[in-house]
Amino acid sequence: MAEIPKSEEMFEDIDHTPPEKDWEETGAPITPGRFSYPAKDKSLAVMGFPQPGEWSPTDEAWPLPENWQEIIHEGFKERLDKYRSLKIFMDTCVRCGACADKCHYFIGTGDPKNMPVVRAELMRSIYRNDFTTAGKILGSIAGGRKLTKEVIKEWFSYFYQCSECRRCSVFCPYGIDTAEVTMMGRELLNLLGININWIMEPVANCFRTGNHLGIQPHAFKEMVEFFCDDIEEITGKKLNPSFNRKGAEVLFITPSGDYFADPGTYTFMGYLMLFEAIGLDYTLSTYASEGGNFGLFTSSDAMKKLNSKMYAEAKRLGVKFILGGECGHMWRVINQYMDTMNGPADFMEVPKSPITGTVFNNAASTKMIHVTEFTSDLIRHNKLKLDPSRNDHLKVTFHDSCNPSRAMGLLDEPRYVIQNVCNNFYEMPENTIREQTFCCGSGSGLNNEEAMDLRLRGGLPRANAVKHVHNKYGVNMLACICAIDRAALPPLMDYWVPGVDVTGIHELVANALVMDGEIERTTDLRFEPLNGEEGEADV
Amino acid sequence: MNVSYLYSLLAVIVLGLIAYAGAAVGLEGLFGIFIPYLAVLVFLVGFINHVLDWAKSPVPFRITTTCGQQQSQDFFKQAKIDNPSTTRGVIIRMILEILLFRSLFRNSRVEFNGEKISYKWVVWLWLFALLFHYSFFVVVIRHLRFFLEPSPFFVGALETVDGMLQIGLPGLFLSGVALLGGAVLLLLRRILLPKMNYISRPADYFPLFLIIGIALTGILMRYFTKVDVVKIKELTLGLASFHPGIPDGGVSALFYVHLFFVSILVAYIPFSKLMHMGGIFLSPTRNLANNNRMKRHINPWNPDVKIHTYDEYEDDFREKMKEADIPVEKE
Repeated sequence: MAEIPKSEEMFEDIDHTPPEKDWEETGAPITPGRFSYPAKDKSLAVMGFPQPGEWSPTDEAWPLPENWQEIIHEGFKERLDKYRSLKIFMDTCVRCGACADKCHYFIGTGDPKNMPVVRAELMRSIYRNDFTTAGKILGSIAGGRKLTKEVIKEWFSYFYQCSECRRCSVFCPYGIDTAEVTMMGRELLNLLGININWIMEPVANCFRTGNHLGIQPHAFKEMVEFFCDDIEEITGKKLNPSFNRKGAEVLFITPSGDYFADPGTYTFMGYLMLFEAIGLDYTLSTYASEGGNFGLFTSSDAMKKLNSKMYAEAKRLGVKFILGGECGHMWRVINQYMDTMNGPADFMEVPKSPITGTVFNNAASTKMIHVTEFTSDLIRHNKLKLDPSRNDHLKVTFHDSCNPSRAMGLLDEPRYVIQNVCNNFYEMPENTIREQTFCCGSGSGLNNEEAMDLRLRGGLPRANAVKHVHNKYGVNMLACICAIDRAALPPLMDYWVPGVDVTGIHELVANALVMDGEIERTTDLRFEPLNGEEGEADV
Repeated sequence: MNVSYLYSLLAVIVLGLIAYAGAAVGLEGLFGIFIPYLAVLVFLVGFINHVLDWAKSPVPFRITTTCGQQQSQDFFKQAKIDNPSTTRGVIIRMILEILLFRSLFRNSRVEFNGEKISYKWVVWLWLFALLFHYSFFVVVIRHLRFFLEPSPFFVGALETVDGMLQIGLPGLFLSGVALLGGAVLLLLRRILLPKMNYISRPADYFPLFLIIGIALTGILMRYFTKVDVVKIKELTLGLASFHPGIPDGGVSALFYVHLFFVSILVAYIPFSKLMHMGGIFLSPTRNLANNNRMKRHINPWNPDVKIHTYDEYEDDFREKMKEADIPVEKE
C-alpha cells in the first residue's frame, strides 16, 4: 500500500502543468495508491465473466486472452450498435476543454489524463482507428491509434480513476457524459476478465445473498434487532420491524452500508424510528437487502441482474409501493434504469403516503420513492413532532451526492428536511453544490483502502469546500444522502478537515423526532450527550 | 510544447498553393466547377449517412443529465428547463443549448489560492464560441447573394446591419472581421494555454486554419485586391442553377483559393469533429426528459438475464431463516 503524505504536503504538491510529452506517448502509470486490486476468479465466476487467475496491475504482462484484440473490437462494435449515446459521444467532441478542470480527479491529481476529454480520447482514438473512414485512411493524423496492450493498461488505469459522477457532462456543450464512456470502457475490460475486486466481490455477494456485503438473512435480522436495542435504550420505545412479511403496504430498501457500519447505522436507526413514529405498515426484505447496485459499475447485464430483486420481492410480498433509502448511485439506477430493465411494475400502485394521502405522481410508473421525498411530505403536512434544538450542537452543511443531483435532481427535498430538523444549516459555495456538486472521491466502486491516495485527492474539492464553511461558520457536521459517502467522507474529513463528522439525514431526523411515549432523551443516537445536558448537570 | 498545429497550418498553405497554381495553369474548370460540386455531394452523402448511422443505434436508457430541481411535490420549485419533465421543457432546453450554448456559459476555472480552491466563472470560451459561430452564420447568409437571383430580402437587410459602421468602400462587414477574430482567438487559445495545447491535435487546428484561410481570402478579395464581383457572381449563379461555366476573361486566382478552401471544409465536415453540428441534436443527456419514474422508457434490446430468484435464495438459506423466525415459502 502506498504511503500517504501529510495533507499540507499533498496539497502543495498538486501541479496542473501538463507534461512535455503528448498523452499518446506516456502510457499508463500504474501508481500505488491510485489503482485497485484486480477481481478474484471466484467472484468473476459467479457472474459468468472470464477468469484470468491471480495477477497484479503492476505485472509487466497482463493475462489477456489470446484473441483479446478481436474481443475488444467485436465488443466495441456491439456497443456502438446498442447505444446511440456511445456513437454520439465518440463523434461529437471538439476538444473545447470546458470539461478539463471540472473533474475532481484532475483537480486533485493534476494528472492530465484525468481531464475528462483525454479520458474519453483514450477510447475515441481506438474508435477512430477501427470504425471511422478518416481514421482508417489517415490514422494518427485523424486522431486514430492502434489498440495495444498498453492501451488496455491505460483504460484500466483511467476508467478506474473516474467515479462516473457526471460533473463534466453538466459543462459539456454537447452533453457528452464521461460516465457513459467509462461504463463502456469497463464493460469492454470485463470481456477480458479485467475488473477490480472492490466491485466484483460485492456484485457476486449481492447476486447470491441479496446484498453487497454478503450478509445472510439471519445476520441481517440480528443487526437490525441490535439497532432496536439501542433505540430502546435511548427512547424507551421497543420497536419490532418485520422481515419478508407478506401483505405489508410498503417495502423499504436501503443500501447494506446503512446496517453494516457507522455512521450509516445511525441513519438506519433513524429510518426505523421515523416509521415507528408514523405507524407505517412496512417490511424489510432479506432477499432485496441492498439498495445500491455495483452492477452499475460493471455492466448493464450485471446491473439488471442485481436490480431485478427489488421488483421480484415487491411482487412476492404484495406491497403497494417501494420506499428507498439514502443512497447515491442506487437512485441513478432506480430513476434512470430500473423500470426500463425490470419493469413494468404494474403489480403495484402509484405511491401514496398512507399518512398524508399525498400521491407521488412523479413515480407513477416506477412505483418507488426516495425517503426524503416521503419525509419532506410528512413534515410539510405537520405529521412529525420535531424538536430541532436537539441538533443545536451541530452546525450542518449538506453534500449533494453525484447521482441524485445529476441523474435525478433530488436537491431541495433533503435540504427541506435538514432545515426542519436542524437550526444551524450552512451551504457550501455554489460551484460545489447541487448540480455542480463534487464527488466524495470514492464513488463507482473505488472506495477501497488500496486506492486511498486517489480517493483523498479526488475528494479534495469536496473537502476544501467543507473546510471553507468549517472555517467560516464552524460547521462540524457534513450531512449526505449516500451510503458510499457515509463510508468515504469520514476518512476524507479526518485527512483534510479534522473536526467535521458525517451523518445521514435520517439520523438528524430521528434525533429531532419526538415519538409518542418516549422517555426524556439524554443522548443522541450515537450515545453522545444531548446539547446542554452536561451544562445543566453542573448547575 | 505540442506543435501539431504546424502540420495543419502547412496542410492549409499547401492546399491554398494548389488552388492558386491550378487556376494559373488553366484548371479553372476543376477548381471552379468540378471540385465544388464534388464537395457538396460528399457533404450531403456523408452527412446524411452519418446521421442515419447515429439514428440506427437505439437509445436504450433515458440518461438525462439533470441540472436543477426535479419535478416532485408542488412545493419544490422544479427547474423546468434544466431538469425538464415535459417535451416543452426539453425543446426549450435544446433551443438554449443550440442557439445560446447554455452549458458552455456555465464554464468556470479552478484556482488554487493559498489553501482555498475556488472556481471562477469564465465567460471567454463561451464568448469566443458564440462570436465565431454567429459571425460564420451571418457570413454564410450574406453569401446567398452569390447563389440566388434575385437575392432574398433578408440578405439585404442583414447586410445593412452588418455594414452599419459604414467604414471604407466597399463598406466593412462586421461579420467577416468577427469570424476572423473569433477563429484566431480560438486558435490562440489552443496554442497558448498549456492545457488546451495538451489536448489539441491536427484535427482541431486544421478546420481553424482552413476557416481563417477562408476569411482572409474573402477579406482580401473584397477590400484589397477588389476582385470582379460580377464575374464571380456569374460563376456562382451558374453553379447554383446547374448551368456551370467559367466566365469569359477569367476570375482572380485568389477566388479559386477561397472556393477551394470552402470546398475542402464542406467535404471535411462529415468525417470530422465538425459533425458536432448534427450531434448536438441527438445527445441523449440533453434531448430527453427526466420523467423516467413517470413514464416507462423502452429498451428495444432489453436482454434476458439469468437472475438469482427468491426460490433459489430460500433454498440456500432456508434453515437459517427458519431458525431466525423469518417467514419462508416452503417449510
